[in-house]
Amino acid sequence: MAITFAQAINKALHEEMKRNKNLVCFGLGINDPLRFFGTTKNLKEKFGDERVFETPTSENAMTGVGVGMSIHKNPCVMMHQRLDFFLLAMDQLVNSAAKWHYMFGGQKSVPITIRLIVGKGWGQGPTHSQSLQSWFAHIPGLKVVMPSLPNDAYNLLKSSIRDPNPVIFIEHRWLHEIEEKKILIKDSKKNIGTKLLNKGRDLTILSYSLSTIEILSMKKALFDNNVSYDHIDIATLKPLNLNLLKNSLKKTKKLLIVDTISHPICSIGSEILSQVFLDKKIKLKKNPILISLPDIPTPTSFFYTKDFYVSKKKIFNSIEKILERKLRYNLDLNEIHDVPNKNFKGPF
Amino acid sequence: MKKNNFYKEIYRLQKTIRLTENKIAKNYKKYKMRCPTHLSIGQEAVAAASGLALKNNDISISYHRSHAHYIAKGGNIKKLFAELFGFKEGCSKGVGGSMHLIDVKKKFYASTAIVSNSIPVGVGIAYSLKLNKQKNIVCIYIGDASLEEGVFYESLNFAIIKKLPVVFICENNFYSVYTHLKDRQPKDREFYKLANSLGAKGYRLRQNNPFKLFKELKKINEKVRKNPFPHFIEIKTYRYLEHCGPNDDTNLGYRTNSELNKWKKNDTINFSANYLVKKKIMTKEKILKLDQEVKKQIDSDFDSMKRLRSPKFKDIMKLTYR
Ligand SMILES: Cc1ncc(C[n+]2csc(CCOP(=O)(O)OP(=O)(O)O)c2C)c(N)n1
Ligand SMILES: [Mg+2]
Repeated sequence: MAITFAQAINKALHEEMKRNKNLVCFGLGINDPLRFFGTTKNLKEKFGDERVFETPTSENAMTGVGVGMSIHKNPCVMMHQRLDFFLLAMDQLVNSAAKWHYMFGGQKSVPITIRLIVGKGWGQGPTHSQSLQSWFAHIPGLKVVMPSLPNDAYNLLKSSIRDPNPVIFIEHRWLHEIEEKKILIKDSKKNIGTKLLNKGRDLTILSYSLSTIEILSMKKALFDNNVSYDHIDIATLKPLNLNLLKNSLKKTKKLLIVDTISHPICSIGSEILSQVFLDKKIKLKKNPILISLPDIPTPTSFFYTKDFYVSKKKIFNSIEKILERKLRYNLDLNEIHDVPNKNFKGPF
Repeated sequence: MKKNNFYKEIYRLQKTIRLTENKIAKNYKKYKMRCPTHLSIGQEAVAAASGLALKNNDISISYHRSHAHYIAKGGNIKKLFAELFGFKEGCSKGVGGSMHLIDVKKKFYASTAIVSNSIPVGVGIAYSLKLNKQKNIVCIYIGDASLEEGVFYESLNFAIIKKLPVVFICENNFYSVYTHLKDRQPKDREFYKLANSLGAKGYRLRQNNPFKLFKELKKINEKVRKNPFPHFIEIKTYRYLEHCGPNDDTNLGYRTNSELNKWKKNDTINFSANYLVKKKIMTKEKILKLDQEVKKQIDSDFDSMKRLRSPKFKDIMKLTYR
């Protein structure tokens, strides 16, 4: 039976709540009628509203509360319907959660997992669409995970919850309906969720989160054009393990980084470029390309977002540039740029 | 305003807000206004009374449910529509959408989308008014959820120690999205008492008679103008439609039809119309005529959107910095 990304999250939460009686889940909207985009369905019914609870609109305090519970006896999963709301909690995240283990000589760690949803389209605008994984990755003491497919969402959420350290778990809203055939259970200790989604010779394409889905949707067109490429999805952004990428680059010597949900400056994409550049064993034959959002905040208007967001055409053009040849492809002219699928009717 | 004129103006404003919001709700489902939109249908009285109680040079600032506050401060309705459609003729050039309104001329300084985000900004404006020896006040609109954010307390505290000319208007509609107040704050908390105990002047006013509400607010504003000090006013109110979007939502089960109907039965616009007739301030016919006038203007403002052209992305590329 096929399973969606949202169902995979839900399944992981149920299993971990069952496995660890001390685990607690909370967040604004966790028990709302839509059950947090379907990801917290039946949690409250199964585990009660002491372990699955609504919070006041108090992001900073609740993050600190989560730190307190986790250093005592109750690991936590905290969740926010938009990453942007979590920005109120930077003190407790950066000065408490991230530092605790280090600052107190390794005596207490903070097993908290923070789920953040990133919005896109339908006028989410400047303050409901930010994807700030690179901020979090910058902070020593945090781990950052950003899966693209249901299997990784499931396995990585489980390993994040079991991780004794704070983990920022970022879900792009447009992934929630993405399906995979079935869940393959991985060893939750070793799972870092970086993998090869396509194998080839001429080009390495690296992506994560929603960008990975965009590349997957171009698979047939690339195949029809005889583009032979490695496609690497990195789901764990910190700690960042680039072994797979580096091995691929030794073969292809050409790199395209598709980071379509992030601004370019000090981004995950630019970090990867710098690590590749610093590795003497890697000699690229062509200048690598980093595709990202422009360095301006997200506009609200449908008309502006059309050119603000990265189009498939732009990705095709970048591949043409690296490979130095023209590709033939059809763009779906009926595709609307500001919704995840044709049934989506805003606003969240 | 001539004596008794305010009656008509309050009613007109209530009606203008209701019909503007209805227009948006009805057309939202054509999927051309593509942004999260929080309508104020049911809450018009608070906006109308508080908006009219301000002087032109007083400043107001608001939160995500702000169409009514913008209109009540005189905000341009055509530019509101254009903003929702995402045209560059919008009040924020289409960049901000429903949750980021501004009308600098009318001194509606901003509405913002993050809960409590605009509170300290409003307090800052008030401090600046004081530094510049201006005799104006700042009206800060907030929802009931704002009292759950630390920044509310921090801002109010600062406003108190600096004796700033701010009036908080708290629209308590009992819900934060789908969550009732009783699941978020203590059951017997009275907002006005809480404000009092922090050191501000707290009041609890009612929306049921918008004319009375206007007079009360006017009095408070003049007091603040004379002796600057933060005042906090709670007004219980109720939204008729879903939290965000144009639909009814009682089917979701987080609130009941009977609760909704209780508020609808006491609709403040009906109250105002009846009151004007009963007190012989306006005849039924005059009211009908005014209604039609308001409707015609809104229809024509809305229709004018058809003449606007899609804006270009390059127009906003340089907007990030001045
Ligand atoms: C800091 C922050 N947290 C959460 C949200 C999500 N959110 C949007 S509107 C809203 C409800 C706010 O309720 P209230 O202040 O009572 O205003 P109302 O919508 O009832 O008018 C919430 C929680 C947000 N915008 N900002
Ligand atoms: Mg409310």
